[in-house]
Amino acid sequence: MKILVCISNVPDTTTKIKLTGDQSAVDLANVQWIINPWDELALTRALELKEGSGGKIEKVTVITVGEKTAEPTIRKALAIGADDAIRVDAAPGDAYAVAHEVSEAIKNENYDIVLCGIESSDYNGSAMGGMLSEFLNLPSVSSVSKLEIEGDQLKVNREIPGGFEVVEPQLPFVAIVQKGIAKEPRIPSMRGIMMARKKPLNVVAATGATALTGFLGYTPPPAKAACRMIDAENVGELVDLLHNEAKII
Amino acid sequence: MSKVLIYTENFDGKFKKLNFEAASYGAEIAKQLGGEAVAISIGNVDDNELKQLGAYGVSKVLNFKNDAFADLDNQAYASVVAKAVEKEGAEVVIFSGSTTAKAVAPRVSVKLKAGMVFAAIGLPKNLSPFTVPKKVFHGKAFADVEINSNVKIISLAQNSFGLVESATEIAIEAFDVDVDTAFNTKVTKVEKATGKVLLNDAEIIVSGGRGLKGAENWPPLEELAEILGAATACSRPVSDEGWRPHSEHVGQTGKIVAPNLYFALGISGAIQHLAGVSSSKVIVAVNTDNEAPVFQAADYGIIGDVQKILPQLNEAFRKFKNEN
Repeated sequence: MKILVCISNVPDTTTKIKLTGDQSAVDLANVQWIINPWDELALTRALELKEGSGGKIEKVTVITVGEKTAEPTIRKALAIGADDAIRVDAAPGDAYAVAHEVSEAIKNENYDIVLCGIESSDYNGSAMGGMLSEFLNLPSVSSVSKLEIEGDQLKVNREIPGGFEVVEPQLPFVAIVQKGIAKEPRIPSMRGIMMARKKPLNVVAATGATALTGFLGYTPPPAKAACRMIDAENVGELVDLLHNEAKII
Repeated sequence: MSKVLIYTENFDGKFKKLNFEAASYGAEIAKQLGGEAVAISIGNVDDNELKQLGAYGVSKVLNFKNDAFADLDNQAYASVVAKAVEKEGAEVVIFSGSTTAKAVAPRVSVKLKAGMVFAAIGLPKNLSPFTVPKKVFHGKAFADVEINSNVKIISLAQNSFGLVESATEIAIEAFDVDVDTAFNTKVTKVEKATGKVLLNDAEIIVSGGRGLKGAENWPPLEELAEILGAATACSRPVSDEGWRPHSEHVGQTGKIVAPNLYFALGISGAIQHLAGVSSSKVIVAVNTDNEAPVFQAADYGIIGDVQKILPQLNEAFRKFKNEN
Protein backbone atom coordinates (compact mmCIF):
# COMPACT_ATOMS: atom_id res chain seq x y z
CA MET A 1 0.00 0.00 0.00
CA LYS A 2 1.03 3.56 -0.63
CA ILE A 3 -0.12 6.72 1.11
CA LEU A 4 -0.03 10.21 -0.37
CA VAL A 5 -0.20 13.28 1.88
CA CYS A 6 -0.99 16.65 0.29
CA ILE A 7 0.98 19.50 1.83
CA SER A 8 0.34 23.21 1.67
CA ASN A 9 3.14 25.69 2.36
CA VAL A 10 1.65 28.43 4.56
CA PRO A 11 2.81 31.35 6.74
CA ASP A 12 3.34 30.43 10.41
CA THR A 13 -0.02 30.70 12.19
CA THR A 14 1.37 33.31 14.62
CA THR A 15 2.30 35.66 11.73
CA LYS A 16 1.01 39.22 12.00
CA ILE A 17 -0.74 39.76 8.67
CA LYS A 18 0.22 42.96 6.85
CA LEU A 19 -1.13 44.09 3.50
CA THR A 20 0.87 45.63 0.67
CA GLY A 21 0.52 49.42 0.27
CA ASP A 22 -2.17 49.16 -2.43
CA GLN A 23 -3.98 46.38 -0.48
CA SER A 24 -3.84 44.12 -3.53
CA ALA A 25 -1.99 41.37 -1.68
CA VAL A 26 -0.87 40.10 1.69
CA ASP A 27 2.72 41.20 2.35
CA LEU A 28 4.59 37.93 2.66
CA ALA A 29 8.11 39.36 2.97
CA ASN A 30 10.00 38.02 6.02
CA VAL A 31 7.30 35.47 6.76
CA GLN A 32 8.21 32.16 8.39
CA TRP A 33 6.80 29.29 6.28
CA ILE A 34 5.46 26.05 7.74
CA ILE A 35 3.57 22.91 6.78
CA ASN A 36 -0.15 23.69 7.04
CA PRO A 37 -1.07 22.42 10.57
CA TRP A 38 -3.77 19.97 9.40
CA ASP A 39 -1.46 18.57 6.70
CA GLU A 40 1.22 18.09 9.36
CA LEU A 41 -1.23 16.05 11.47
CA ALA A 42 -2.17 14.04 8.35
CA LEU A 43 1.51 13.30 7.69
CA THR A 44 2.01 12.25 11.32
CA ARG A 45 -0.93 9.82 11.11
CA ALA A 46 0.31 8.44 7.77
CA LEU A 47 3.69 7.67 9.35
CA GLU A 48 2.05 6.04 12.39
CA LEU A 49 0.00 3.83 10.07
CA LYS A 50 3.07 2.86 8.06
CA GLU A 51 5.07 1.98 11.17
CA GLY A 52 2.22 -0.11 12.56
CA SER A 53 1.51 -1.92 9.30
CA GLY A 54 4.31 -4.50 9.50
CA GLY A 55 5.59 -3.54 6.07
CA LYS A 56 2.19 -3.58 4.40
CA ILE A 57 2.38 0.16 3.80
CA GLU A 58 5.55 0.54 1.74
CA LYS A 59 5.77 4.26 1.52
CA VAL A 60 4.44 7.68 2.40
CA THR A 61 4.80 10.34 -0.27
CA VAL A 62 4.15 14.05 0.15
CA ILE A 63 3.10 16.35 -2.67
CA THR A 64 2.80 20.10 -2.96
CA VAL A 65 2.10 22.58 -5.71
CA GLY A 66 4.59 25.39 -5.34
CA GLU A 67 7.65 27.16 -6.61
CA LYS A 68 11.20 26.37 -5.52
CA THR A 69 10.69 28.59 -2.46
CA ALA A 70 8.38 25.85 -1.06
CA GLU A 71 11.24 23.34 -0.88
CA PRO A 72 12.31 24.00 2.74
CA THR A 73 8.77 23.06 3.80
CA ILE A 74 8.90 19.89 1.68
CA ARG A 75 12.29 19.01 3.18
CA LYS A 76 10.74 19.41 6.60
CA ALA A 77 8.05 16.87 5.66
CA LEU A 78 10.84 14.51 4.53
CA ALA A 79 12.68 15.15 7.80
CA ILE A 80 9.56 14.26 9.76
CA GLY A 81 9.58 10.92 7.96
CA ALA A 82 7.98 10.97 4.50
CA ASP A 83 9.86 8.65 2.11
CA ASP A 84 9.78 10.86 -0.95
CA ALA A 85 8.23 14.05 -2.25
CA ILE A 86 6.74 15.54 -5.36
CA ARG A 87 6.71 19.25 -6.14
CA VAL A 88 4.50 20.37 -8.98
CA ASP A 89 6.39 23.37 -10.28
CA ALA A 90 3.86 26.20 -10.31
CA ALA A 91 2.70 29.06 -8.15
CA PRO A 92 -0.39 27.66 -6.44
CA GLY A 93 -3.58 29.14 -7.93
CA ASP A 94 -6.93 28.51 -6.29
CA ALA A 95 -8.01 25.18 -4.78
CA TYR A 96 -9.46 24.12 -8.14
CA ALA A 97 -6.17 24.65 -9.98
CA VAL A 98 -4.10 23.05 -7.20
CA ALA A 99 -6.36 19.98 -6.98
CA HIS A 100 -6.26 19.69 -10.78
CA GLU A 101 -2.45 19.82 -10.84
CA VAL A 102 -2.13 17.23 -8.06
CA SER A 103 -4.59 14.88 -9.79
CA GLU A 104 -2.61 15.12 -13.04
CA ALA A 105 0.71 14.54 -11.27
CA ILE A 106 -0.42 11.36 -9.50
CA LYS A 107 -3.04 9.84 -11.79
CA ASN A 108 -0.77 6.93 -12.78
CA GLU A 109 0.64 6.34 -9.31
CA ASN A 110 -2.24 4.38 -7.72
CA TYR A 111 -2.04 5.59 -4.16
CA ASP A 112 -4.36 3.59 -1.87
CA ILE A 113 -4.97 6.35 0.65
CA VAL A 114 -4.75 10.07 -0.05
CA LEU A 115 -4.76 12.39 2.97
CA CYS A 116 -5.56 16.11 2.82
CA GLY A 117 -5.93 18.60 5.67
CA ILE A 118 -9.45 19.99 5.99
CA GLU A 119 -8.34 23.54 5.34
CA SER A 120 -5.26 25.66 4.89
CA SER A 121 -4.50 28.25 7.51
CA ASP A 122 -3.86 31.01 4.94
CA TYR A 123 -6.84 31.42 2.62
CA ASN A 124 -9.16 29.06 4.55
CA GLY A 125 -10.58 27.50 1.39
CA SER A 126 -11.52 24.03 2.69
CA ALA A 127 -12.00 22.77 -0.85
CA MET A 128 -8.80 21.21 -2.18
CA GLY A 129 -9.28 17.68 -0.74
CA GLY A 130 -12.86 17.39 -1.95
CA MET A 131 -11.93 18.71 -5.38
CA LEU A 132 -8.99 16.31 -5.66
CA SER A 133 -11.22 13.32 -4.86
CA GLU A 134 -13.62 14.39 -7.60
CA PHE A 135 -10.82 14.90 -10.16
CA LEU A 136 -9.54 11.41 -9.29
CA ASN A 137 -13.09 10.02 -9.22
CA LEU A 138 -12.41 8.44 -5.82
CA PRO A 139 -14.66 8.17 -2.76
CA SER A 140 -13.96 10.71 -0.03
CA VAL A 141 -14.81 11.21 3.61
CA SER A 142 -14.50 14.68 5.13
CA SER A 143 -14.19 15.83 8.79
CA VAL A 144 -12.16 12.71 9.60
CA SER A 145 -10.91 12.72 13.21
CA LYS A 146 -9.67 9.11 13.40
CA LEU A 147 -8.29 6.68 10.84
CA GLU A 148 -7.54 3.01 11.54
CA ILE A 149 -6.73 0.01 9.39
CA GLU A 150 -8.28 -3.27 10.53
CA GLY A 151 -7.11 -6.10 8.32
CA ASP A 152 -7.88 -4.93 4.82
CA GLN A 153 -10.64 -2.58 5.91
CA LEU A 154 -10.20 1.07 6.64
CA LYS A 155 -12.29 2.61 9.40
CA VAL A 156 -12.59 6.34 9.82
CA ASN A 157 -14.48 8.53 12.27
CA ARG A 158 -16.39 11.36 10.65
CA GLU A 159 -17.35 14.16 13.03
CA ILE A 160 -21.02 15.10 12.99
CA PRO A 161 -22.82 17.62 15.22
CA GLY A 162 -22.64 16.19 18.75
CA GLY A 163 -20.69 13.07 17.94
CA PHE A 164 -19.22 10.93 15.19
CA GLU A 165 -20.00 8.23 12.64
CA VAL A 166 -17.75 5.30 11.86
CA VAL A 167 -17.42 5.11 8.07
CA GLU A 168 -15.92 2.27 6.05
CA PRO A 169 -14.72 3.51 2.67
CA GLN A 170 -13.70 1.45 -0.33
CA LEU A 171 -10.07 1.83 -1.30
CA PRO A 172 -8.54 3.76 -2.87
CA PHE A 173 -10.01 6.81 -1.18
CA VAL A 174 -9.37 10.37 -0.05
CA ALA A 175 -9.56 11.26 3.65
CA ILE A 176 -10.00 14.94 4.47
CA VAL A 177 -8.71 15.12 8.01
CA GLN A 178 -9.09 17.45 10.96
CA LYS A 179 -8.00 17.78 14.57
CA GLY A 180 -7.82 14.48 16.45
CA ILE A 181 -6.40 12.48 13.52
CA ALA A 182 -3.04 12.48 15.33
CA LYS A 183 -2.33 13.64 18.86
CA GLU A 184 0.52 16.01 18.10
CA PRO A 185 2.48 16.74 14.96
CA ARG A 186 5.87 15.05 14.85
CA ILE A 187 8.97 17.17 15.17
CA PRO A 188 11.90 16.29 12.90
CA SER A 189 14.85 14.65 14.66
CA MET A 190 18.47 15.58 13.90
CA ARG A 191 18.86 12.25 12.11
CA GLY A 192 15.64 12.91 10.17
CA ILE A 193 16.96 16.29 9.02
CA MET A 194 20.21 14.70 7.83
CA MET A 195 18.39 11.92 6.00
CA ALA A 196 15.92 14.32 4.37
CA ARG A 197 18.72 15.84 2.29
CA LYS A 198 19.18 12.55 0.47
CA LYS A 199 15.53 11.61 0.00
CA PRO A 200 14.05 12.00 -3.49
CA LEU A 201 12.28 15.28 -4.18
CA ASN A 202 10.84 14.95 -7.66
CA VAL A 203 9.96 18.14 -9.47
CA VAL A 204 7.29 17.69 -12.13
CA ALA A 205 6.11 20.24 -14.66
CA ALA A 206 2.69 21.80 -14.18
CA THR A 207 -0.04 21.20 -16.74
CA GLY A 208 -1.23 24.79 -16.63
CA ALA A 209 -4.50 24.18 -14.80
CA THR A 210 -6.62 27.32 -14.68
CA ALA A 211 -8.05 28.89 -11.54
CA LEU A 212 -11.76 29.72 -11.40
CA THR A 213 -11.43 32.28 -8.61
CA GLY A 214 -9.03 35.09 -7.79
CA PHE A 215 -8.43 37.58 -5.00
CA LEU A 216 -9.21 41.15 -6.06
CA GLY A 217 -8.09 42.91 -2.90
CA TYR A 218 -7.83 42.88 0.85
CA THR A 219 -8.76 45.04 3.80
CA PRO A 220 -7.59 44.89 7.40
CA PRO A 221 -10.23 43.71 9.88
CA PRO A 222 -12.31 46.57 11.33
CA ALA A 223 -10.84 48.14 14.47
CA LYS A 224 -12.29 46.95 17.75
CA ALA A 225 -13.51 49.14 20.59
CA ALA A 226 -11.52 48.90 23.85
CA CYS A 227 -12.52 46.25 26.36
CA ARG A 228 -14.71 47.58 29.15
CA MET A 229 -13.34 46.42 32.50
CA ILE A 230 -15.65 45.40 35.29
CA ASP A 231 -14.69 45.28 38.98
CA ALA A 232 -14.22 41.71 40.20
CA GLU A 233 -16.17 42.65 43.33
CA ASN A 234 -19.20 43.64 41.28
CA VAL A 235 -19.90 40.97 38.65
CA GLY A 236 -23.58 41.94 38.73
CA GLU A 237 -22.56 44.90 36.56
CA LEU A 238 -21.59 42.43 33.81
CA VAL A 239 -25.05 40.90 33.82
CA ASP A 240 -26.54 44.37 33.66
CA LEU A 241 -24.33 45.42 30.71
CA LEU A 242 -24.99 42.23 28.76
CA HIS A 243 -28.71 42.77 29.24
CA ASN A 244 -29.08 46.54 28.82
CA GLU A 245 -26.08 47.64 26.75
CA ALA A 246 -25.14 44.66 24.55
CA LYS A 247 -28.75 43.38 24.68
CA ILE A 248 -27.45 39.88 24.26
CA ILE A 249 -29.20 38.16 27.18
CA MET B 1 -34.62 33.80 -15.46
CA SER B 2 -31.60 33.57 -13.19
CA LYS B 3 -31.87 30.95 -10.53
CA VAL B 4 -30.09 30.38 -7.25
CA LEU B 5 -30.03 26.81 -5.94
CA ILE B 6 -29.79 26.40 -2.16
CA TYR B 7 -28.53 23.09 -0.84
CA THR B 8 -30.23 22.13 2.43
CA GLU B 9 -28.80 19.30 4.52
CA ASN B 10 -31.18 17.97 7.17
CA PHE B 11 -30.47 16.73 10.65
CA ASP B 12 -32.57 13.60 11.26
CA GLY B 13 -35.26 15.00 8.96
CA LYS B 14 -35.20 18.51 10.45
CA PHE B 15 -33.70 21.78 9.34
CA LYS B 16 -31.61 23.99 11.60
CA LYS B 17 -31.14 27.74 11.77
CA LEU B 18 -28.14 27.46 9.47
CA ASN B 19 -30.34 26.05 6.68
CA PHE B 20 -32.75 28.97 6.98
CA GLU B 21 -29.79 31.33 7.03
CA ALA B 22 -28.52 29.79 3.76
CA ALA B 23 -32.04 30.09 2.32
CA SER B 24 -32.25 33.77 3.36
CA TYR B 25 -28.85 34.45 1.81
CA GLY B 26 -29.69 32.61 -1.44
CA ALA B 27 -33.02 34.42 -1.73
CA GLU B 28 -31.26 37.80 -1.34
CA ILE B 29 -28.81 36.90 -4.12
CA ALA B 30 -31.75 35.79 -6.29
CA LYS B 31 -33.23 39.25 -5.71
CA GLN B 32 -29.94 40.89 -6.75
CA LEU B 33 -30.02 38.82 -9.95
CA GLY B 34 -33.73 39.46 -10.50
CA GLY B 35 -34.34 35.73 -10.32
CA GLU B 36 -35.75 32.91 -8.25
CA ALA B 37 -34.53 30.97 -5.19
CA VAL B 38 -34.90 27.19 -5.47
CA ALA B 39 -33.84 24.73 -2.76
CA ILE B 40 -32.87 21.09 -2.95
CA SER B 41 -33.50 18.60 -0.17
CA ILE B 42 -31.83 15.17 -0.16
CA GLY B 43 -32.96 12.34 2.10
CA ASN B 44 -36.30 12.09 3.84
CA VAL B 45 -37.78 15.41 4.96
CA ASP B 46 -41.54 15.75 5.34
CA ASP B 47 -43.55 18.38 3.46
CA ASN B 48 -44.27 20.53 6.51
CA GLU B 49 -40.57 20.87 7.19
CA LEU B 50 -39.81 21.64 3.53
CA LYS B 51 -42.50 24.34 3.45
CA GLN B 52 -40.70 26.24 6.21
CA LEU B 53 -38.13 27.30 3.59
CA GLY B 54 -40.87 29.45 2.04
CA ALA B 55 -40.69 31.77 5.04
CA TYR B 56 -37.20 32.79 3.87
CA GLY B 57 -37.91 33.52 0.22
CA VAL B 58 -37.63 30.08 -1.39
CA SER B 59 -40.30 29.58 -4.07
CA LYS B 60 -39.60 25.96 -4.97
CA VAL B 61 -37.96 22.98 -3.37
CA LEU B 62 -36.72 19.96 -5.30
CA ASN B 63 -37.46 16.99 -3.07
CA PHE B 64 -35.04 14.14 -3.69
CA LYS B 65 -36.62 11.62 -1.35
CA ASN B 66 -34.55 8.49 -1.03
CA ASP B 67 -33.97 6.51 2.18
CA ALA B 68 -30.56 5.30 0.98
CA PHE B 69 -29.50 8.94 1.34
CA ALA B 70 -30.08 8.97 5.11
CA ASP B 71 -26.28 8.56 5.29
CA LEU B 72 -23.92 11.02 3.67
CA ASP B 73 -21.87 9.73 0.75
CA ASN B 74 -19.98 12.62 -0.80
CA GLN B 75 -19.91 11.20 -4.32
CA ALA B 76 -23.60 10.31 -4.47
CA TYR B 77 -24.71 13.59 -2.87
CA ALA B 78 -22.56 15.65 -5.23
CA SER B 79 -24.07 13.81 -8.23
CA VAL B 80 -27.60 14.71 -7.12
CA VAL B 81 -26.74 18.36 -6.43
CA ALA B 82 -24.95 18.74 -9.79
CA LYS B 83 -27.97 17.24 -11.60
CA ALA B 84 -30.27 19.67 -9.80
CA VAL B 85 -28.09 22.63 -10.82
CA GLU B 86 -28.21 21.47 -14.45
CA LYS B 87 -31.96 20.84 -14.42
CA GLU B 88 -32.70 24.30 -13.04
CA GLY B 89 -29.95 26.03 -15.01
CA ALA B 90 -28.92 27.67 -11.74
CA GLU B 91 -26.20 30.33 -11.90
CA VAL B 92 -25.38 30.37 -8.21
CA VAL B 93 -25.31 27.46 -5.73
CA ILE B 94 -25.43 28.13 -1.97
CA PHE B 95 -24.23 25.85 0.83
CA SER B 96 -24.76 26.52 4.55
CA GLY B 97 -21.98 26.85 7.11
CA SER B 98 -22.24 23.19 8.13
CA THR B 99 -19.47 20.65 7.54
CA THR B 100 -21.39 19.31 4.53
CA ALA B 101 -20.13 22.31 2.59
CA LYS B 102 -16.58 20.99 2.93
CA ALA B 103 -17.65 17.46 1.94
CA VAL B 104 -20.00 17.98 -1.00
CA ALA B 105 -19.51 21.49 -2.44
CA PRO B 106 -15.92 20.97 -3.72
CA ARG B 107 -17.05 17.87 -5.65
CA VAL B 108 -19.93 19.79 -7.22
CA SER B 109 -17.43 22.50 -8.14
CA VAL B 110 -15.32 20.05 -10.15
CA LYS B 111 -18.35 18.37 -11.77
CA LEU B 112 -19.67 21.70 -13.03
CA LYS B 113 -16.35 23.51 -13.43
CA ALA B 114 -17.82 26.09 -11.07
CA GLY B 115 -15.55 28.34 -9.00
CA MET B 116 -16.15 28.15 -5.28
CA VAL B 117 -15.82 30.55 -2.37
CA PHE B 118 -15.83 28.93 1.05
CA ALA B 119 -17.21 30.78 4.11
CA ALA B 120 -18.46 33.99 2.51
CA ILE B 121 -19.36 36.66 5.08
CA GLY B 122 -21.84 38.71 3.08
CA LEU B 123 -23.73 39.26 -0.16
CA PRO B 124 -21.84 39.61 -3.45
CA LYS B 125 -20.42 43.13 -3.63
CA ASN B 126 -20.57 43.07 -7.39
CA LEU B 127 -22.31 40.87 -9.97
CA SER B 128 -19.81 41.60 -12.74
CA PRO B 129 -17.17 40.59 -11.93
CA PHE B 130 -18.98 38.38 -9.43
CA THR B 131 -17.24 39.30 -6.18
CA VAL B 132 -17.83 37.79 -2.74
CA PRO B 133 -16.32 38.89 0.60
CA LYS B 134 -14.65 36.40 2.95
CA LYS B 135 -12.15 36.30 5.79
CA VAL B 136 -8.65 34.99 5.23
CA PHE B 137 -5.93 34.04 7.72
CA HIS B 138 -8.76 33.26 10.14
CA GLY B 139 -10.00 36.82 10.33
CA LYS B 140 -6.62 38.58 10.33
CA ALA B 141 -7.62 40.09 6.95
CA PHE B 142 -10.75 40.39 4.81
CA ALA B 143 -10.68 39.68 1.09
CA ASP B 144 -12.83 40.14 -2.01
CA VAL B 145 -12.85 37.04 -4.17
CA GLU B 146 -13.88 37.02 -7.81
CA ILE B 147 -15.53 33.93 -9.29
CA ASN B 148 -15.05 33.87 -13.06
CA SER B 149 -16.91 30.69 -14.06
CA ASN B 150 -20.48 30.54 -15.39
CA VAL B 151 -21.78 28.67 -12.35
CA LYS B 152 -20.72 30.04 -8.96
CA ILE B 153 -20.66 28.13 -5.68
CA ILE B 154 -20.71 29.93 -2.34
CA SER B 155 -20.74 28.46 1.14
CA LEU B 156 -21.83 30.86 3.84
CA ALA B 157 -19.95 31.31 7.13
CA GLN B 158 -22.37 30.41 9.91
CA ASN B 159 -24.09 33.35 11.68
CA SER B 160 -22.56 35.85 9.27
CA PHE B 161 -25.78 36.75 7.46
CA GLY B 162 -28.64 35.93 9.83
CA LEU B 163 -32.27 35.21 8.97
CA VAL B 164 -34.29 37.38 6.60
CA GLU B 165 -37.98 36.56 6.62
CA SER B 166 -39.75 36.90 3.30
CA ALA B 167 -42.97 34.87 3.15
CA THR B 168 -43.15 33.18 -0.25
CA GLU B 169 -45.57 30.70 -1.80
CA ILE B 170 -43.50 27.52 -2.02
CA ALA B 171 -43.97 24.58 -4.39
CA ILE B 172 -42.64 21.11 -3.60
CA GLU B 173 -41.48 19.25 -6.68
CA ALA B 174 -40.46 15.59 -6.60
CA PHE B 175 -36.94 15.22 -7.98
CA ASP B 176 -35.34 11.97 -9.02
CA VAL B 177 -32.06 11.16 -10.68
CA ASP B 178 -30.60 7.84 -11.62
CA VAL B 179 -27.80 7.37 -9.10
CA ASP B 180 -26.13 4.24 -7.75
CA THR B 181 -27.23 3.71 -4.14
CA ALA B 182 -24.48 1.14 -3.48
CA PHE B 183 -22.33 3.84 -1.88
CA ASN B 184 -18.53 3.65 -1.84
CA THR B 185 -18.55 4.76 1.79
CA LYS B 186 -20.68 2.96 4.38
CA VAL B 187 -21.70 4.27 7.78
CA THR B 188 -21.40 1.35 10.23
CA LYS B 189 -21.91 3.12 13.55
CA VAL B 190 -23.22 6.43 14.90
CA GLU B 191 -22.43 7.89 18.31
CA LYS B 192 -24.18 11.08 19.23
CA ALA B 193 -24.79 12.93 22.47
CA THR B 194 -28.41 13.79 23.08
CA GLY B 195 -29.95 16.61 25.07
CA LYS B 196 -26.77 18.68 24.98
CA VAL B 197 -26.45 22.12 23.42
CA LEU B 198 -24.17 21.56 20.44
CA LEU B 199 -21.18 23.84 20.00
CA ASN B 200 -22.04 24.83 16.44
CA ASP B 201 -25.71 25.52 17.23
CA ALA B 202 -25.08 27.44 20.44
CA GLU B 203 -26.03 31.12 20.79
CA ILE B 204 -23.89 31.27 23.95
CA ILE B 205 -20.62 29.41 24.58
CA VAL B 206 -18.86 29.10 27.94
CA SER B 207 -15.23 28.22 27.37
CA GLY B 208 -12.54 27.36 29.90
CA GLY B 209 -8.75 27.51 29.74
CA ARG B 210 -5.68 26.59 31.72
CA GLY B 211 -6.71 29.08 34.41
CA LEU B 212 -9.14 26.48 35.70
CA LYS B 213 -6.12 24.35 36.65
CA GLY B 214 -7.63 20.89 36.15
CA ALA B 215 -10.50 18.75 34.90
CA GLU B 216 -11.95 18.57 38.43
CA ASN B 217 -12.66 22.32 38.40
CA TRP B 218 -15.15 22.23 35.51
CA PRO B 219 -18.46 21.78 37.42
CA PRO B 220 -18.98 25.52 38.11
CA LEU B 221 -18.33 26.24 34.41
CA GLU B 222 -20.83 23.58 33.41
CA GLU B 223 -23.25 25.13 35.88
CA LEU B 224 -22.90 28.52 34.18
CA ALA B 225 -23.54 26.86 30.80
CA GLU B 226 -26.66 25.24 32.19
CA ILE B 227 -27.99 28.51 33.63
CA LEU B 228 -27.50 30.25 30.27
CA GLY B 229 -28.52 27.33 28.04
CA ALA B 230 -25.01 27.48 26.61
CA ALA B 231 -22.58 24.97 25.12
CA THR B 232 -19.25 24.28 26.82
CA ALA B 233 -15.91 24.65 25.06
CA CYS B 234 -12.22 24.88 25.89
CA SER B 235 -8.84 26.13 24.70
CA ARG B 236 -6.24 23.95 23.06
CA PRO B 237 -4.00 23.24 26.10
CA VAL B 238 -7.08 21.98 27.96
CA SER B 239 -7.95 19.41 25.28
CA ASP B 240 -4.26 18.51 24.82
CA GLU B 241 -4.06 17.83 28.58
CA GLY B 242 -7.14 15.64 28.27
CA TRP B 243 -9.13 17.72 30.76
CA ARG B 244 -11.86 18.05 28.11
CA PRO B 245 -12.57 16.16 24.85
CA HIS B 246 -11.03 17.34 21.56
CA SER B 247 -14.50 18.02 20.21
CA GLU B 248 -14.71 20.97 22.64
CA HIS B 249 -11.50 22.60 21.42
CA VAL B 250 -12.27 26.00 19.96
CA GLY B 251 -9.59 27.85 17.99
CA GLN B 252 -7.79 27.94 14.70
CA THR B 253 -7.05 24.22 14.53
CA GLY B 254 -10.17 23.17 16.43
CA LYS B 255 -13.65 24.50 15.85
CA ILE B 256 -14.32 27.97 14.48
CA VAL B 257 -17.36 29.38 16.28
CA ALA B 258 -19.51 32.50 15.93
CA PRO B 259 -21.99 32.64 18.83
CA ASN B 260 -23.77 35.76 20.06
CA LEU B 261 -21.93 35.56 23.37
CA TYR B 262 -18.59 33.88 24.14
CA PHE B 263 -17.14 33.55 27.65
CA ALA B 264 -13.34 33.09 27.72
CA LEU B 265 -12.72 31.96 31.30
CA GLY B 266 -9.10 31.54 32.36
CA ILE B 267 -8.01 31.69 28.70
CA SER B 268 -5.04 33.98 28.01
CA GLY B 269 -6.00 34.39 24.35
CA ALA B 270 -3.25 32.96 22.15
CA ILE B 271 -3.56 34.30 18.61
CA GLN B 272 -4.74 30.86 17.41
CA HIS B 273 -7.51 30.79 20.00
CA LEU B 274 -8.72 34.28 19.14
CA ALA B 275 -8.75 33.36 15.43
CA GLY B 276 -11.37 30.74 16.24
CA VAL B 277 -13.67 33.00 18.25
CA SER B 278 -13.23 36.47 16.74
CA SER B 279 -16.54 36.26 14.87
CA SER B 280 -18.47 36.09 18.16
CA LYS B 281 -20.78 39.10 18.56
CA VAL B 282 -19.79 39.75 22.21
CA ILE B 283 -16.79 38.33 24.09
CA VAL B 284 -16.46 38.32 27.89
CA ALA B 285 -13.03 37.53 29.33
CA VAL B 286 -12.00 36.65 32.87
CA ASN B 287 -8.26 36.40 33.57
CA THR B 288 -5.81 37.12 36.40
CA ASP B 289 -3.36 38.87 34.06
CA ASN B 290 -4.49 42.31 32.93
CA GLU B 291 -1.92 42.12 30.10
CA ALA B 292 -3.45 38.91 28.68
CA PRO B 293 -4.10 39.27 24.92
CA VAL B 294 -7.66 38.03 25.39
CA PHE B 295 -8.59 41.52 26.66
CA GLN B 296 -7.63 42.95 23.23
CA ALA B 297 -10.37 40.83 21.68
CA ALA B 298 -12.93 41.06 24.48
CA ASP B 299 -15.81 43.50 24.84
CA TYR B 300 -16.12 43.08 28.60
CA GLY B 301 -13.38 41.98 30.97
CA ILE B 302 -12.92 41.04 34.60
CA ILE B 303 -9.46 40.77 36.13
CA GLY B 304 -9.39 38.05 38.72
CA ASP B 305 -9.05 34.34 39.47
CA VAL B 306 -11.63 32.49 37.42
CA GLN B 307 -12.13 29.94 40.19
CA LYS B 308 -13.22 32.72 42.54
CA ILE B 309 -15.20 34.67 39.92
CA LEU B 310 -17.18 31.73 38.49
CA PRO B 311 -19.38 31.11 41.58
CA GLN B 312 -20.17 34.84 41.65
CA LEU B 313 -21.09 34.79 37.96
CA ASN B 314 -23.33 31.79 38.52
CA GLU B 315 -25.11 33.55 41.36
CA ALA B 316 -25.56 36.77 39.37
CA PHE B 317 -26.79 35.06 36.18
CA ARG B 318 -29.12 32.77 38.14
CA LYS B 319 -30.64 35.78 39.86
CA PHE B 320 -31.08 37.48 36.46
CA LYS B 321 -32.69 34.36 34.94
CA ASN B 322 -35.10 34.06 37.86
CA GLU B 323 -36.16 37.68 37.46
CA ASN B 324 -36.46 37.66 33.65
